[in-house]
Amino acid sequence: MEPVIKEIFDSILEGSQKVTVVKVQEALDKGINPGVILNDGMVAAMAEVGRLFEEGEYFVPEMLIAARAMQNGLAVLKPHLASANVKSQGKVVAGTVKGDLHDIGKNLVCMMLEGAAFEIVDLGSDVTPEKFVEAIRTTGANVVCMSALLTTTMPNMKTTIEALKSAGLRDKVKVMVGGAPLTDQYAREIGADGYAPDASRAVALAKSLLA
Amino acid sequence: MSASPFLARLNEGRVLVADGATGTNLQKRGLPRGVAGELWVLEKPEEILRLHRDFIEAGADIVLTCTFGGTSVRLEHAGLSGQAEEINRKAVELARQAAKGTSTLVAASIGPTGQLLKPYGPLEEETAVASFASQAKTLTEAGADLLVIETQFDLGEAEAAIKGVRSASMLPLVCSFSFDRGTRTMMGVRPSQAGRQLEALGVDVVGINCGRSLDENFNALKELRAATTLPVWFKPNAGLPRLDDDGCPVYDVTPENMGFYACDWVNAGANVVGGCCGTSPEHLREIAKRVK
Repeated sequence: MEPVIKEIFDSILEGSQKVTVVKVQEALDKGINPGVILNDGMVAAMAEVGRLFEEGEYFVPEMLIAARAMQNGLAVLKPHLASANVKSQGKVVAGTVKGDLHDIGKNLVCMMLEGAAFEIVDLGSDVTPEKFVEAIRTTGANVVCMSALLTTTMPNMKTTIEALKSAGLRDKVKVMVGGAPLTDQYAREIGADGYAPDASRAVALAKSLLA
Repeated sequence: MSASPFLARLNEGRVLVADGATGTNLQKRGLPRGVAGELWVLEKPEEILRLHRDFIEAGADIVLTCTFGGTSVRLEHAGLSGQAEEINRKAVELARQAAKGTSTLVAASIGPTGQLLKPYGPLEEETAVASFASQAKTLTEAGADLLVIETQFDLGEAEAAIKGVRSASMLPLVCSFSFDRGTRTMMGVRPSQAGRQLEALGVDVVGINCGRSLDENFNALKELRAATTLPVWFKPNAGLPRLDDDGCPVYDVTPENMGFYACDWVNAGANVVGGCCGTSPEHLREIAKRVK
């Protein structure tokens, strides 16, 4: 591995935004393939962040700071990805369901998915079933992520899945759900394709659903 | 100024019983899905009053007002912006009305804003401090006996809350954390850290509420107890819920079991005990019966 790739990896893990930006530019200047910078430097680093989070080494602050470093590096890299013909892992529409304004968890999921080279369409919070349907239709997304923090709002996940069915879109997307009161069983009962207990495992789930 | 009855009772070495859940009980009584409990303070005050009375009748020495989401920052997100003062004042009045003729104390609940403070989220510290200060001012003027900053997960937000509250109120202050990743909060805060830092920030009582399972909360209690000399407040969930066919949460810990556990909490050094999500008046009756 090129030393500069390792430096990108380390800077993301440490959450050093400025270093990440400088090192991504340095790697580009050296003529390293943008796909290698993305996958071996950034995606690998975010996967390690996810592992550390699952193991209870990292908590939300460390994860947010790392994700921010990654996003800044990605902004430098993005214009070069298209020309190097690097494809995204998939396109994700994400939002907190209707009636629920908690977006901390959903934001983490978006950041981690972005860190795993997915394209993200973030609809924000209090997203109606109609808005989910429209976004999936217009963006051609192949994954939809729904979040709910409240036991009172999580039934709106089921409502949204039903809206996808009525709109004829259910077969076009994989449906992922998450949030504090959710369980695997609940995800199955409402007809989702999967449940992830945290942002890191949401990445693994998205990959396995599209595999 | 006479000493507060809350601190006086604690100083006598008495174990006090705080109430059970507000949210999950209101939902059982028909609070619609996705609606903030604070709305019922305005629209169904008789239900808020009834829940307070049920807890008092079950043996609560302390009832918490339905103002958990009552900071202006959070109410704005619940579609109730501009109504913070009315909701907070009326909620205290309802609890006072329920406590009338008893020695029950009214504790005013102050929950998180629901946003992360900078640099992790969008919330400015000054905005948070001002929002907590204005809620505390209304709650104090309306006649609360003590204030409870609860379900905290970030030391930064807790500090902002304490700063805001202390700028507006002289009432006894409890600050309680939710260890929602077992014995750490989502921000990574440990019970011992919370205990030491809250004590340094000058609160009167430190605590634990909500969180995850009863076992995890009990471990957090032991760690907190070892880290502070202050009285400890302990209001865990009635265990982790499972979901029924309609996706509604069901708490399997029976009232009898909750009462049984409550003896362990007191033995481990908790000075105020009650319950959070899933704790019905029946659960609270068992807790009160066993610890008093």
